[in-house]
Amino acid sequence: MCGIVGLFIKDKALEPRLGELTAGMLATMCERGPDSAGFAVYGAPASGKAKITLQSPQPDQDFANLEKSVEGDIGAKVKLEIKSTHAVLTCPADKADAARQAIRNAHPTVRIMGTGDAIEIYKEVGYPTEVAKQFALSTMTGTHAIGHTRMATESAVTTLGAHPFSTGPDQCLVHNGSLSNHNNLRRELKHDGMTFETENDSEVAAAYLTWRMNQGLNLGQALEKSLEDLDGFFTFVVGTKNGFGVVRDPIACKPAVLAETDQYVAFGSEFRALAGLPGIENAKVWEPEPATVYFWER
Amino acid sequence: MRSVDLEKTPLRELNTSLHQLKEGTNETDWEVLNPRGQHAVAVGIDAPVNVNIRGPVGYYCAGMNKQATVVVHGSSGPGTAENMMSGRVIVKGDASQYAGATGRGGLLLIEGNASSRCGISMKGIDIVVKGNIGHMSAFMAQTGNLVVLGDAGDALGDSIYEAKLFVRGSVKSLGADCIEKEMRPEHHDALSALLKKAGVNGVKTSEFKRYGSARKLYNFNIDNADAY
Repeated sequence: MCGIVGLFIKDKALEPRLGELTAGMLATMCERGPDSAGFAVYGAPASGKAKITLQSPQPDQDFANLEKSVEGDIGAKVKLEIKSTHAVLTCPADKADAARQAIRNAHPTVRIMGTGDAIEIYKEVGYPTEVAKQFALSTMTGTHAIGHTRMATESAVTTLGAHPFSTGPDQCLVHNGSLSNHNNLRRELKHDGMTFETENDSEVAAAYLTWRMNQGLNLGQALEKSLEDLDGFFTFVVGTKNGFGVVRDPIACKPAVLAETDQYVAFGSEFRALAGLPGIENAKVWEPEPATVYFWER
Repeated sequence: MRSVDLEKTPLRELNTSLHQLKEGTNETDWEVLNPRGQHAVAVGIDAPVNVNIRGPVGYYCAGMNKQATVVVHGSSGPGTAENMMSGRVIVKGDASQYAGATGRGGLLLIEGNASSRCGISMKGIDIVVKGNIGHMSAFMAQTGNLVVLGDAGDALGDSIYEAKLFVRGSVKSLGADCIEKEMRPEHHDALSALLKKAGVNGVKTSEFKRYGSARKLYNFNIDNADAY
């Protein structure tokens, strides 16, 4: 099972409603994945700034002095915005690597969920509507968002095992399915310097795409390559700073529906996820073909 | 006509009302509003009634249908008319994977495209698809007819038994033990009757090719042992 939703906005007028629409879509997919939920939201990037999304099992202790401690270590002003168990640290873009290192060194219980100019990632164990409420998803704004409701198969029900997975700046991936060659692939990717936080198969898919894009491929090309190198069942929805992609394995057991209007491109594991979107009555709605890459860039 | 708005009425209530209908009922015309992709809409009907569903539905719409005519004015999710026994199910839009799976009778008409595994393990149902069908369609199909006005995807009729497949467009590839067969007069007649039953006009039976079982997989053949 597992449920996926995604919304890529084409019409700026809809950007203020990104979180609200995504929360509505996510809520329809609760039965498909009641274990845990997560979402990546691409907000407006601020010039020269990077955002690092953090998570902690003990946010009160961990986040209390984090701002000052990071500022001391990197010698620059940072801003920490706490949202429940997560927090978004905004720092000068050229200090992002230093800030990540400072957090790893001084705050070992804090986990880095993702980094980038635009991306913020939130994920937790719990019923999807509760997770969405916990982080006030419905109030968020931005250009595109990807959400996931998880029914775990390949690894434990933990915060880190929830989707999306982010393995590169402003990149994220959600997965419905299970991969059968993830152990081998993880070993190969580690050999090439990729790092992993979990034993999860979907994280390997995310890292694989990052690895391909690091080689200079664009999102669409990386997805094409994934069809050759990944074995198993998958429907992936992936996001980059300005892109949104969908691919299904050649057997295509895992359900998928796409919808497109002048205002947006939307993905749902089922039509139910799309039923509440504005103008869906007149949208082009179709099932993505097996082993076919779909991607949009702005 | 009974009109049921699924925004206001729970799905179980609709289905319970439909299940209570018996042959000879006066409530023969039903309309279902705002299905919004819900699953199992109008499953298990066993009465000669008409149900018009206004909008897209989710999984298993009109599953196990007997006698009723169910029309989906929109697209339908996976398992449409699964294990249908008799009656008619008409999808005005596209149908998702395994439409008409294991169907034993009746007619399933899909006016748009059907995706993968259409008619998988069909056992007597007639399926007419005006558009294309996806890969692995008619997998292990036992009896019944699958008529496709468009193209078929990969591995059509893999491990097929005695179902008859008629495809007007291209077939990307045939599955194991499925071969093209001659269209003899009786096949033209049968196809013509199927098209008529589905209300398809302006299409000649000579435009179709027939596919079916080579009957080589029926029994274990020691010469094939290496293939396993």
